[in-house]
Amino acid sequence: MRETLHTLLAPFLARRIALLGLAITLLMIFAALFAPIIVPYDPLEIDSLARLSPPTGTHWFGTDHFGRDTFSRVVFGSRLALIIGIGVVSFALLTGVPAGILSAMFPRVGWFVMRAVDVLMAFPALLLALGLIVILGQGVLNAILAIGVVYLTTTARITYGVTLRLRAEVYVEASRSLGAGTVWLVLKHILPNLVSPLLVQASFVFAFAQLGAASLDFLGLGAPPDIPSWGNMLAESRIYITRAPWLLFFPGLMIVLTAFSLNLVGDALRDRLDPRFREALGTPRRN
Amino acid sequence: MWLYILKRLGAAATTLAAASVIIFIFIHLIPGDPLYVLLGDGATPDQVDALRQKLGFDRSLAVQYFSWLSNVLQGDFGQSIFFQTPVLSVIGDGAETSILLASITMVWIILLGIPVGMIAAMRHGSWTDQGLSGLAMLLASVPTFWVGLYLILIFAAWLGWLPSSGYPSIFDDGGLANLQHLLLPSLALAAPNAALILRLTRASMLDVAREDYVRTARAKGIRPWRVVVRHIFRNALLAVVSAFGFTLAALISEAVVTETVFALPGIGRLVVQSILRRDYPVIQGVILITVVLYLGVNLCVDLSYRFLDPRVELE
Repeated sequence: MRETLHTLLAPFLARRIALLGLAITLLMIFAALFAPIIVPYDPLEIDSLARLSPPTGTHWFGTDHFGRDTFSRVVFGSRLALIIGIGVVSFALLTGVPAGILSAMFPRVGWFVMRAVDVLMAFPALLLALGLIVILGQGVLNAILAIGVVYLTTTARITYGVTLRLRAEVYVEASRSLGAGTVWLVLKHILPNLVSPLLVQASFVFAFAQLGAASLDFLGLGAPPDIPSWGNMLAESRIYITRAPWLLFFPGLMIVLTAFSLNLVGDALRDRLDPRFREALGTPRRN
Repeated sequence: MWLYILKRLGAAATTLAAASVIIFIFIHLIPGDPLYVLLGDGATPDQVDALRQKLGFDRSLAVQYFSWLSNVLQGDFGQSIFFQTPVLSVIGDGAETSILLASITMVWIILLGIPVGMIAAMRHGSWTDQGLSGLAMLLASVPTFWVGLYLILIFAAWLGWLPSSGYPSIFDDGGLANLQHLLLPSLALAAPNAALILRLTRASMLDVAREDYVRTARAKGIRPWRVVVRHIFRNALLAVVSAFGFTLAALISEAVVTETVFALPGIGRLVVQSILRRDYPVIQGVILITVVLYLGVNLCVDLSYRFLDPRVELE
């Protein structure tokens, strides 16, 4: 048990800044889970007497144009950030991993699957997401799907690349020549080895999903405006930029901190990764 | 060589053909009658009948696709519902802004990303390197619109040095001075992408610095800066050039948000406005053109490998 914990923490102990990333990530999860206990005010409560108040002892992050407490809204915003992150990562893994493995194990089918991935990758990410939003309509779930499709492609490619390398390993060949079937090979040899590279990919996807979701919210095409998401808060406070610049600061800072810390985590995990898989991962990209 | 170019052209054409099917189907996937989608909700039955005749909506999807494709190939992308003018001319109106914005941004990315990445690599392991790498990671995590809003606040609202929004054409009054409208947007757009190029330049230079020929060059007594420029940098450039393909895709995506923040009359803002106006033919046209552009740039990047590094095997 202790050994497992040590193996898990090793990448972070080797690089202190990554430990900071991990700490911020855990803090964000904590904030999301216990938001109702942490916040001093109801994030939807309107106080017309305290409109556009700068940060004070009673309102730590100030208030917005309805007098709603920015700190409480920022904390509640972490809930949607977590939902978006988990949603996009799950979607990308649940679709991209089977597609990648299938393509590597059955090259004939694989050719078509990977060409389909190429076609999807020919669309600039946000345009693809916006096109899907037009078809599906606005909403949190649809935003997750629209961003998820973007990262399904990169996840499928990475899985495909790593699986191809694994398939050529001597022990996999040996297992196959001893009569192991494809399902056995995938479950016993491929999937366990995919865990590390996919963990790295998942942290980058989680980070970039935040930026994608914030862009959709900012354009008014993501989460409904009544949900306190960081992107929505930025969109609403945009017109008060000169009168109340702090309104833009805190939600934006949360987006940056979340994406930054997960990028740090991903980077630390990536550096500890088997060099053969690192190559298949390629450059983490925002879009 | 020619065979390689032909093969790559073929692959790009296949991808484009498949993408065009998706873009064509787009109109049919939007909830509602595609004819009303194309004409807008205010269309009269006569207009709907006329369009049905013209596009052959009573015929099979395959026939409709080829009729649409043949129109597109002749430059007919359909009519904008909102402007009641051809889609291509609506997109053309935004082209100047977007092309200039992308070009200035690219200049920033190259001027900031590559030299700073070189400095970080040359001081590998030092505080300078760690600081610059950390900054790059931070910039890669920042939403472009947030940077843009703060640039507006500082340089337009507080200091009053630069305009906060809009862009009058360089062909109007003011001439080239109008380019100052694109200074802040291009900086906001460049920030995360320059960060990516910085990280790539650094990583790639560190990889090349380990090569035997670099050690040989040093052992021969060649001046250090000459080794860096001629032996390391030139070879590290290959990885950096390959990144410009997806940097362009990133620029297109982020320009949508940046142009909205700075109220620039470009193609990115046109997409957002067209979504809100339900002007689907325009969205369809913009997506098609960006896909063509993106595939074209990637093709050029692939082909440029051959010139940058003659050792690259072209299969």
